[in-house]
Amino acid sequence: MKVSLFITCYNDTLFPGTGKSVVNVLERLGHTVVFPAGQTCCGQMHWNTGYQEEALPLVARFVSQFKDAEAVVIPSSSCVAMMREHYVKMAVQTGDKQLLADVESLLPRVWEFSEFLTKKLGLTDVGAYFPHRVTYHASCHGLRSLELGDGPASLLRNVRGIQLVELKGLEQCCGFGGTFAVKNAEVSSAMLGEKVQAILNTQAEMCTACDNSCLMHIEGALHRQRTGVKTMHLAEVLAGSEGDAQ
Amino acid sequence: MSLITFDPARVPTFQVAAKSLLGDTQMRKNVRHATNVIQNKRAIVVNEMPDWQQLRESGRQIKEHTLQHLDFYLKQFEENCTAAGGVVHWARDAAEAREIVIDLVKQSGSNEVIKIKSMTTEEISLNKGLEANGIHAYETDLAELIIQMGNDLPSHIVVPALHKNRQQIREIFKREMNLPDLGDQPADLAEAARMFLREKFLRVKTGVSGANFLIAETGGVCVVESEGNGRMCLTLPETLITIAGVEKVIPRYQDLEVFAQLLPRSATGERMNPYTSIWTGVHPTDGPRTFHIVLMDNARTKILADEESRQTLACIRCGACQNICPVYRQTGGHAYGSVYAGPIGAILTPQLQEMHSGQSLPYASSLCGACYEVCPVKINIPEVLIHLRHKVVEQDTQGFGALNPEALAMKAMAMLFMSESRFRAAQRMGRMAERPLVNKAGWVTWLPGLLGGWTQVRDLHEMPKQTFREWFEQRGESEGSADGK
Repeated sequence: MKVSLFITCYNDTLFPGTGKSVVNVLERLGHTVVFPAGQTCCGQMHWNTGYQEEALPLVARFVSQFKDAEAVVIPSSSCVAMMREHYVKMAVQTGDKQLLADVESLLPRVWEFSEFLTKKLGLTDVGAYFPHRVTYHASCHGLRSLELGDGPASLLRNVRGIQLVELKGLEQCCGFGGTFAVKNAEVSSAMLGEKVQAILNTQAEMCTACDNSCLMHIEGALHRQRTGVKTMHLAEVLAGSEGDAQ
Repeated sequence: MSLITFDPARVPTFQVAAKSLLGDTQMRKNVRHATNVIQNKRAIVVNEMPDWQQLRESGRQIKEHTLQHLDFYLKQFEENCTAAGGVVHWARDAAEAREIVIDLVKQSGSNEVIKIKSMTTEEISLNKGLEANGIHAYETDLAELIIQMGNDLPSHIVVPALHKNRQQIREIFKREMNLPDLGDQPADLAEAARMFLREKFLRVKTGVSGANFLIAETGGVCVVESEGNGRMCLTLPETLITIAGVEKVIPRYQDLEVFAQLLPRSATGERMNPYTSIWTGVHPTDGPRTFHIVLMDNARTKILADEESRQTLACIRCGACQNICPVYRQTGGHAYGSVYAGPIGAILTPQLQEMHSGQSLPYASSLCGACYEVCPVKINIPEVLIHLRHKVVEQDTQGFGALNPEALAMKAMAMLFMSESRFRAAQRMGRMAERPLVNKAGWVTWLPGLLGGWTQVRDLHEMPKQTFREWFEQRGESEGSADGK
């Protein structure tokens, strides 16, 4: 299958390793990955912070880049949630009927990375090897908006060498929340404190998720506290193979 | 008594209030404990219902239908209530509602009233208004009694004293009821309250209540409660005065069937309410001889006019969103500066106060969606929060407001995202700009200005030397730029 990758603005800039891993996994499975170069951002930060006028043109931009794609894969559950929950309404707001029709036709072809593997391709074993103790953080958008359910965990369970440990309070928000993390830094920190404690209780070496935004926030505290626990996007765990065992 | 107030003119922003409340470790422990207990009970009795999702959908539809025909159902309620011997009053706002109730109490010839827990009377600061007119109000709900005696403010819509533990409650009762030997067991505290209140129930001739549901087809009023104090207040006084927001009306008696299942399971984790009282007008041989009901607007019709946020009015005040909310669970209710705290407060309060104060409340959420998931009438709280954030931005960016640092940053970023070449340039610039902030190990541990909140407790890894798109292009497989701008 020809897969069009929407990497998202922050993965592009801050987490290129996640993108490389997505390409690695999809190519290993025999698919072709293309990267429409005009892509930038889905508009989530602007929309969720109240800057709606600024977010609207980004819908048309995304559509223009991806409307002919066979499948769009996005390694970020919150960006996919943004599209599924708001793009139709946003297209209506622009008054552009063609855009609305394009959005409605494109959305069913948009997949979060793990759900593309489990739901579109019907896979739970992608031939990965990752000999580490890992815990999985279900981000709120993955859990509630995309209803990923057991999908990501089923992929992890089939990774060879992995020791998967369940995170207590899986349904509880880590406290990132986009601009919430800086606008309400104190409350965000308090929420993060509970999440970090739960992660430490698992004694995992690594916390993984389908959202680098949560992970950046969690990583920030894990590093500040010198815990030695790392964070890693699910794609990077699934990209692991015998050859690169360290 | 904390610095916390619910006075819109003096209330601090959520951020400021939350910062100070996060330092109250006892309160945080009490809130965490109480919300855990209620949440766990709720989960059990909700999960045992095979038709819970259909019930939620029914609840949502009944409320939506009623709100669409609110004028019709209110008039129907007025007619039927009047025919049954009730007296219906209409109040435009809080001040008018207060005046009406004060006048009615005076007419009843009493200088004291017994009250059932009612958030609507808290919304309009009724007790203060009564007190200023020489009328003393006795709160008869245990939690409200604790709040009243402790000169405190409610922090939860169902369990107003949830931020206090038994030891703290004992101290309040010991002092206010003059009981030096009082124990701290639930039975001791309940007994003390019972002894204190029993005499009030028998003596005071005027009762004041809120309402959970107004039934249009019968003119009946429904109040649900757990302690039986409500039943006392509704049946013993000679005069009963009920005050209710206009959104409390439902079309038919039969519709109660849906809410009588949704509400107790969501609110207290009970399969049914211990006490469900329904009365219609007055009866010559039983109950109060005079019944007044004050139907209050107080910004509800304004909320109704806003298509995006009118679902706020569907709320049945169960508090499930408060118990589940990870923000509320950290700060407690007082941080929201309003009788309506938590996620429902974050959308209701700014609208009740026309956004003047409470502008910080729509941002008091990580948009995690847990509130929407538990809401028994499916209010999409995150969606309304985002809508209200847009309203706040519209207000804040008028005139010179457009020059505020956040708005400028947001506009600049929007410009970058509209062009591939500008976005690429910004990525390169970002790497250069952050260089002075990156330590030898490759981490940023301090950020200036708006971003400083991030580095209070978190580090940030440095930007990688190569973006993903640069790497992908190096592989020579990019489709090429579609962006000529």
